[in-house]
Amino acid sequence: MSTIPIPTVEEIIAQGNLVYKRPDALADTWTHYCPGCTHGIIHRLIAEAIDELGLRERTILVAPVGCSVLMYHYFNVDAVEAAHGRAPAMATGLKRTQPDKIVFTYQGDGDLASIGAAEILHAANRGEKFTVFFINNAVYGMTSGQMAPTTLPGMVTTSSPTGRDVALHGYPMRMAEIIAGLPGACYVVRRSVHDARAIRQAKKAVLTAFKTQLAGLGLSMIEFLSSCPTNWHMLPPDALAWIRDTMIPYFPLGDFKVADGVEQV
Amino acid sequence: MARELWKGNEAIAEAAIRGGVEAFFGYPITPQTELLEYMAARLPELGRTFLQAESEVAAINMVYGAACGGVRAMTSSASPGISLMQEGLSYIAGSEVPIVLIDVMRGGPGLGNIQPSQGDYFQMTRSAGHGDYHPIVLAPATIQEAIDLMYEAFPLAEKYRTIVILAADGSLGQMMEPAEMPPARPLLTEAERPSWAVRGARGREKRIITSLFLKEEELEALNLRLQAKLKHIAETEQHWEEVATADAEYLLVAFGTVGRTCKTVVREARQQGIKVGLYRPITLWPFPGPRLRKLAEQVRGILVAEMNAGQMLEDVHLATLGRCPVRFYGRMGGVMILPDEILGALHDLIADQPADPAARRREP
Repeated sequence: MSTIPIPTVEEIIAQGNLVYKRPDALADTWTHYCPGCTHGIIHRLIAEAIDELGLRERTILVAPVGCSVLMYHYFNVDAVEAAHGRAPAMATGLKRTQPDKIVFTYQGDGDLASIGAAEILHAANRGEKFTVFFINNAVYGMTSGQMAPTTLPGMVTTSSPTGRDVALHGYPMRMAEIIAGLPGACYVVRRSVHDARAIRQAKKAVLTAFKTQLAGLGLSMIEFLSSCPTNWHMLPPDALAWIRDTMIPYFPLGDFKVADGVEQV
Repeated sequence: MARELWKGNEAIAEAAIRGGVEAFFGYPITPQTELLEYMAARLPELGRTFLQAESEVAAINMVYGAACGGVRAMTSSASPGISLMQEGLSYIAGSEVPIVLIDVMRGGPGLGNIQPSQGDYFQMTRSAGHGDYHPIVLAPATIQEAIDLMYEAFPLAEKYRTIVILAADGSLGQMMEPAEMPPARPLLTEAERPSWAVRGARGREKRIITSLFLKEEELEALNLRLQAKLKHIAETEQHWEEVATADAEYLLVAFGTVGRTCKTVVREARQQGIKVGLYRPITLWPFPGPRLRKLAEQVRGILVAEMNAGQMLEDVHLATLGRCPVRFYGRMGGVMILPDEILGALHDLIADQPADPAARRREP
């Protein structure tokens, strides 16, 4: 009986076939994210951009409180852990005293739009020269599915068991539109990662956001629409479809602020 | 350097600048606002960082962020603002980042008023936030002492990777008196940045500064390490001033401006033939208890005076453990204590003591 030789991974790579690998800015480890969660895609886009721009050794990550609280384990960059909502204040302290560094925050909807609303608004208004990645999945993920400031009208969560009643809880906050209205914000867009096309567009935006910071312009922020199959009680493909069919109509994708100078970056 | 007339808040700010502060983040609140204003004018001139934050919550987190880079960063506030900083202080303590905070105390609780108070003693010494820790708390009685303590605050905070709070009160912040400034200390160079500082992982492994430890054994290990460090600080950093204690039969115990008032009381009481001394804690945490315990064995009674309802009083009780009677005189609401009031309370304490010194042991 003859056997067919199976090449090792190293042998395949040695033949020049490597077309896709883990970015250096991502650590060689597994994450704790739920199956089908799109945090992993967004992490990768950010890490790819850091690699492509050669920023890894001068980047400082400000991690949030929420599902991505442990993200400093997943990135190969210096990192600090902020209190819930306070990442823009910490990033302000870091960037103001180390202006040659690339500082970014990564915040969920409870973190940025609820408890940290004051910090993000004032950081944007001051034109702080760091980058904000805002992950909007319309729900508090880590605490297992409570209503967020971005929970859609009628959406059932564990703290809005009969659905979000706007008369009682107000309307979901469109943070990108709000931040874009502040003069200090220079690049504010909303992107999604629900399909390959959206992911490619999101990647371009991440590069532009970092380049905006490199150019010393004001605040750059990308709001990502992200999935939470666990707390939405959906299968991963259905969750991606829900972003497309239900979230995007309320949270339209687009560029809400591209200040003078950003297009040149 | 010649003695000059300094306002307390401005003197503390200038001492911080000479001590090497690189970044100040603050929010206006009476009676500390001149400190922020002084920083706003001076730091940009020197090419250092000043930023008025949107709140005390943001200010302390900006300090936290800057300090994570091994930068000498500080803020100042007054009582209600310190309350807002409790969250940030706890994170800073949990991640062992050195920072300096000034509390120019005012009357409370609530919005209270803007008059001098010592009502934040518990808040500062017990933890200044959730969880098990203590900041080092320094209580100056004069503007000169405030300058000297502020000047050494950053090296002290860095030595132990801890929070140092300079606890002034409204009167110290607002008064003016002659004082001498120390020479300016050189700023930290890049090579002098601490080995834990987050400054970009250039040619080295990444660094993480966090107060999150999900595994209970890890968090307990952190707490045990913090407690060991605090024990060491408690043993090595107790500071106090004694006045006329050598032959004292009675002892006044007071901190900050009340301690200063008590010096007048000691002088006047001695003129009346009362052998009284003063024990003035300079570190409120660690509280200098062992020396006070010895003095408690020597004297016939202790009178504690504070501009609060008796907060340091608890530490005096814990230190003296019934070795002599301990009485308290306090004023609240921003009312300053006058020497005559303390002298009156001292006379009351003496009048209540039995003639036979041995009998004092029987007092309940």
